[in-house]
Amino acid sequence: MRARDPEKRKHDFKEVALGLTEKQAIKEANRCIQCKKPMCITGCPVEINIPAFISAIRDEDITGGLAIIRKYNMLPAICGRVCPQENQCQGKCVLGKKKTPISIGALERFVADYEMKKGLSQKTKMSRSNGHRVAVIGAGPAGLTVAADLARHGYKITIFEALHEAGGVLTYGIPEFRLPQKIIDREVEYVKSLGVEIKLNWVIGRTQTVDELFGEGYKAVFVGVGAGSPRYMNIPGENLNNVYFASEYLTRVNLLKANQFPKYDTPVKRGKQVAVVGAGNVAMDAARTAARLGAEKVYIVYRRTRTEMPARLEEVEHAHEEGIELLFLSSPKEIIGDERGHVKAIRCDAMKLCEPDASGRKRPECSGDEFILEVDQVLMAIGQASNPILTKSVKGLKLWGAGYIEVDEEGRTNLPGIFAGGDIATGAATVISAMGAGKRAARAIDDYVMGRKKAKSKEPELAESKK
Amino acid sequence: MFKVLNKETVAPQVDALIVDAPYIAGHAKAGNFIVLRIHEKGERIPLTIADSDLDKGTITLLFQKIGKTTEELGTLKKGDKIRDIAGPLGHDTPVKKYGHAVLVGGGIGSATLFPILKALKEKRNKVTVILGARNKELLVWEERFAEYADKTILTTDDGSSGKKGLVTEALKEVADSTKVDVVLAVGPIRMMQAVAELTRPFNLKTYVSLNPVMVEGTGMCGACRVSIAGKTKFACIDGPEFDAHDVDFEEIAHRLNFYKDEEAESLEKFKKKKCKGKCKKQ
Repeated sequence: MRARDPEKRKHDFKEVALGLTEKQAIKEANRCIQCKKPMCITGCPVEINIPAFISAIRDEDITGGLAIIRKYNMLPAICGRVCPQENQCQGKCVLGKKKTPISIGALERFVADYEMKKGLSQKTKMSRSNGHRVAVIGAGPAGLTVAADLARHGYKITIFEALHEAGGVLTYGIPEFRLPQKIIDREVEYVKSLGVEIKLNWVIGRTQTVDELFGEGYKAVFVGVGAGSPRYMNIPGENLNNVYFASEYLTRVNLLKANQFPKYDTPVKRGKQVAVVGAGNVAMDAARTAARLGAEKVYIVYRRTRTEMPARLEEVEHAHEEGIELLFLSSPKEIIGDERGHVKAIRCDAMKLCEPDASGRKRPECSGDEFILEVDQVLMAIGQASNPILTKSVKGLKLWGAGYIEVDEEGRTNLPGIFAGGDIATGAATVISAMGAGKRAARAIDDYVMGRKKAKSKEPELAESKK
Repeated sequence: MFKVLNKETVAPQVDALIVDAPYIAGHAKAGNFIVLRIHEKGERIPLTIADSDLDKGTITLLFQKIGKTTEELGTLKKGDKIRDIAGPLGHDTPVKKYGHAVLVGGGIGSATLFPILKALKEKRNKVTVILGARNKELLVWEERFAEYADKTILTTDDGSSGKKGLVTEALKEVADSTKVDVVLAVGPIRMMQAVAELTRPFNLKTYVSLNPVMVEGTGMCGACRVSIAGKTKFACIDGPEFDAHDVDFEEIAHRLNFYKDEEAESLEKFKKKKCKGKCKKQ
């Protein structure tokens, strides 16, 4: 996909990837060989009929293509930008065996952006109101999906969001240069246009409890509060000044616009020599944000190697193009501070790779050497854990692992009427998998409220069938 | 949007806002706080819920005008609106029947102590309140405290009201003369540290309410992390109250200073803007 010149883009927050032109999109669509048994569909967490939407693009019926995607995926403009396509649809594309797979993500983004560019609006078939109210906790990808699906089926939905803006991780986590806020706003407006009410600054578990929601007449509650709690390494120096958890650093910039301080009131420290610990998407986002805030040198410090990096391929490439240096086989063991309690260096073990561990990735082990990297800022991006505010407030709610909610395939928890999905059920995962969980939960909630014992026959809108 | 129903000037640099927030008022417990953002471009700051009225659905926010956001908050009048308020947040103060509790407040720390005092009295504790400030003008709500407390002791650095001296001296006198079962201190970090050091040798259970920099206030960002008995805790969801003898005060003091330059820059810019027009006339 076309991208802006790294030398220019690394100084601003405008979107990096430019998307396809209509001509390019049609050309790319024509490369698709329309497999009889399309493998791409099996790679998609919501099983979008990919060959069908590509075929529509080929026929220059762009809005028709979008209509096909929307049956499965409510947020195509977002997923086209943030899905790890190389591990999903594109990873399965048979063309990829010999040469380049179809750029399915780019095509998805193209059809979604086309609609926006042409000023077209989505027409949604709405069922008549059934009078039932359902509460959705969290206005991220999972919550927005559940809300939209149920609203279309006649439910009256209220979303309760703890922060002052909707969008969840899309808003506070993913930077503007990767996912512009106006795209999220557009999707949120769409959900609202279906009659969904969004209550901001509403911390369920504190402002109101789940029991109180049932008391107010909500028939079911969906919990999609994400996995927003930062993980830390428990190494000395982690609480020094200028050590940020990536979630704080990104929240300051993305949600509170600290890059525009003092026009906006929230400040953020601009490091000159920055070490980012971790190698997932959040690490790439933090590193590239640091570069945009004026860092002279940004290092990604990762204990494994390039092949094990969990970040999307495109993000790693973009980071590299923007001059971010990748330091592999490096595991921080101490952050060293000066007399004022500020970061001045990070001490790392040099690692070597051994036998694969439970995750299937080669396990890093200390080689015995260590080195010191002089930096004035450290951003920790080693993953997120569950947030306890809601889960602890619901008596008897069954949890697993580090505080995630236990659910069945359709998002049912152990408590009647309470459903959950997205990162709070799975641990940190992807936008598309949260959306898929939302779609399945919406169907289960519909069955529950209507008192159907078994899942009803699938309707087109809810046709995805991840089993 | 949250409507300001009333505003009082409590002391020269201290204001109280009574805000319409029925759901927060309905769930607020002693020790809780809210996070607010005045407008679109504002920062999120935590403020203690100094009082709440369940029937009227209001909360009272008491604040000292020391930074840009609190200065701006002080310009709000009856009828004005605050864009965002989320809460109540934080753990509830562990309120039970202790026997004799001593509450020590430094400056604006009294805001946190008032609901705790009321809750402790509901549990039939004997409560001594020690309120300290630099001078008489900075003492807040002493009459309100006196209404509920068994005994209220005032101290000022300059002797302009109450005893001349520090709250720790008053606390020592109380502890020397009567049995104390629990101490709860809220105020500037060095004051809380001094209280912790005073009670440590006596193994006297002491809580402090920490006030680190916060961003979102619901456990998602870790800005407010503090070291408690060598472990990292988030003040917003694990606190804000902690056992004073476990707190790493040096670390939190460093962290509180981290944005000093930006805070000054922001405040200066705000004052200049506020001054425009008016200053020229003078």
